[in-house]
Amino acid sequence: MIHLPVVKAADRKFEADPDKAPKEDLREELFQLEKEGELEVIRVPDNYIELKTKYGRIKKIPVEKTWHHKSCGQCGHIPGYSTSIFWLNRQFGLDYYDPTDQTSCTAWNYYASATSNPEAQAAVAIRNFAAAHEVGYYPLIHCGTSFGHYKEVRHALVHQHELRRKVRKIMERLGKKLVVPEEIVHYSEWVLAMKDRIAERQVIDMSHITATVHPACHYHKLIEEDAIYDSEIYGAQRTAIVTGTLKALGINVGDYSTWFDCCGFGFRHILVSRDFSRSFSVQRKIEVMKEEVDPDIVVTHDTGCVTTLDQSQFAGRAHNKKVGIPVMSDSQIAALAMGAHPYKVLQLHWHNTDNKPFLTKLGLDVDKLWSEFQAEVDLIKAGKKEYMTWEDADK
Amino acid sequence: MMALDLSQNKHADVSYEEKERLFEEVKADERWHHVLYGCYECGICVASCPSARFYDFSPRVIAQAVAREDVDLIYTLMNDSIWDCSQCFSCDRCPRQNSPGQIITIMREVAVRNGLQTAKDALEGYGRIIYKIMSTGSQVSPDMLQPNAFPDWGTHVHEIAENLEEWRRALPPETLHTTETGWKVDQKTIIELYLIWHMTGVMELIEGVDEGLFMILVDVMEERLEEAGYDDVTFD
Ligand code: SF4
Ligand code: SF4
Repeated sequence: MIHLPVVKAADRKFEADPDKAPKEDLREELFQLEKEGELEVIRVPDNYIELKTKYGRIKKIPVEKTWHHKSCGQCGHIPGYSTSIFWLNRQFGLDYYDPTDQTSCTAWNYYASATSNPEAQAAVAIRNFAAAHEVGYYPLIHCGTSFGHYKEVRHALVHQHELRRKVRKIMERLGKKLVVPEEIVHYSEWVLAMKDRIAERQVIDMSHITATVHPACHYHKLIEEDAIYDSEIYGAQRTAIVTGTLKALGINVGDYSTWFDCCGFGFRHILVSRDFSRSFSVQRKIEVMKEEVDPDIVVTHDTGCVTTLDQSQFAGRAHNKKVGIPVMSDSQIAALAMGAHPYKVLQLHWHNTDNKPFLTKLGLDVDKLWSEFQAEVDLIKAGKKEYMTWEDADK
Repeated sequence: MMALDLSQNKHADVSYEEKERLFEEVKADERWHHVLYGCYECGICVASCPSARFYDFSPRVIAQAVAREDVDLIYTLMNDSIWDCSQCFSCDRCPRQNSPGQIITIMREVAVRNGLQTAKDALEGYGRIIYKIMSTGSQVSPDMLQPNAFPDWGTHVHEIAENLEEWRRALPPETLHTTETGWKVDQKTIIELYLIWHMTGVMELIEGVDEGLFMILVDVMEERLEEAGYDDVTFD
């Protein structure tokens, strides 16, 4: 009889070994290309936190001097998402830059309609990176689509000499340089890197809250080697993003069987074939979460995912589906934990699914909070104030 | 739901040479060598594919067709299936390191570049989004939240549309007080974006799939480019 050593799954700890990574470390090639004069690498500023990626490599996450590459879907339709990211930066007194010399990555359209091409997509990306570099800040990408796309652009630029030549020429015409960031950093990685500092400043207890997490496809499936993993979170068998943040805030994260499924966004589908988005989102995500976990909240980290998972529930309700779970971003939850105003900062009135039961469970007086926001809007309507300021938001 | 007709005669009216030319264009893409390494027919991609659950669609069929260089089938797929894909890249977990999703990205690009009627049909109703992204640099904007555009998103869209101006002003970041774009964008930034569209052949591409849209875009861009001192935006 052969005796095999038995290691119980619970005793086994997986630590990825970067020397055994099946994929190249693109950063080494970037620095090599820089030496050859092909491009310039934008370095992560000095104040950074180290996190580990899928294959155990270290990724530097800048704490400040960040240039906020905003998301058109967030700013346009769920603006409390980005407002919460800025609010967190302000609470920690960090030096950040909110640019007006920024376009969207235009990748939503590219994935939806293919009415573009790799040169145009790379040029849009590098124009934005150059704009960040010119003012001395480092790009922090708010959108999951932009993050995924920029990882692809960086990969293509490293591997395709002809593409580099074309983009360099376009940049010359714009009076800019071909600059590529050392790391492509998503804001949710910044939130994760800051989780202990956020938890230190937590003023709202969330230990009685159960959440389900949806990791964004373009975050962890596209150029997977750039996503953050942690042996303490799911045994490093899936990305630690969002879950690591929520656990630091004391939130119970429930697991569900369709965690790997996409949200149903589909890029073109959410705009012109929403029957698909609605059905997938409700049947493969929300209903499964409800049946298997029955969470108080769904937390995710991308524009399209918050939008699809939240907005699709309205039609689901009409069909008597098991829906009714509010959806927020990790930035909103982190800000809320630190005492941000649910309407002035999180701007939850732009979301669809009823989030009042969740806020009430946290001990918040929803009616009072809404009337505080409404009072600000009334002042604007009466022409007594032009805008609500950051100071007003913290009153 | 109509079943996908994979019969090789479906597009018999199109010559084999033409189908082959289009496939050669797919293969000439610089990404081609990173997206296809053969196919085990294991179906792992299908298991994680959202579109395969709701449409008669399969990333495995896509990978198989291109791996076998089945030119007739590829043409059929290029006129049908590719527009069902969600571009989620769940299929990137393929054990052969294929990316059916990226194969589809390339096929879509070729379909659009060659002005295939099916690509035009797929983009019908989508023109206003292309206009928005190309003219403003934002894919979506606050003023798009109108009840008639999103009837299935419920009554809160009415509330947003009614209060749009004031709710935008009630956003603390100064860049977000806009309604026509997601945030305040500099003139110079938009000009640079227009130059990129012109220099990379995207304008010609739009002309090929939607001439009306192209004319409107040219109109909008020309004036602003001229004002900024650009009257020649060709690029070799
Ligand atoms: S493309 Fe990959 S995952 Fe899909 S059937 Fe072929 S080998 Fe399997
Ligand atoms: S990218 Fe397309 S083919 Fe691949 S899993 Fe997603 S929907 Fe399916």
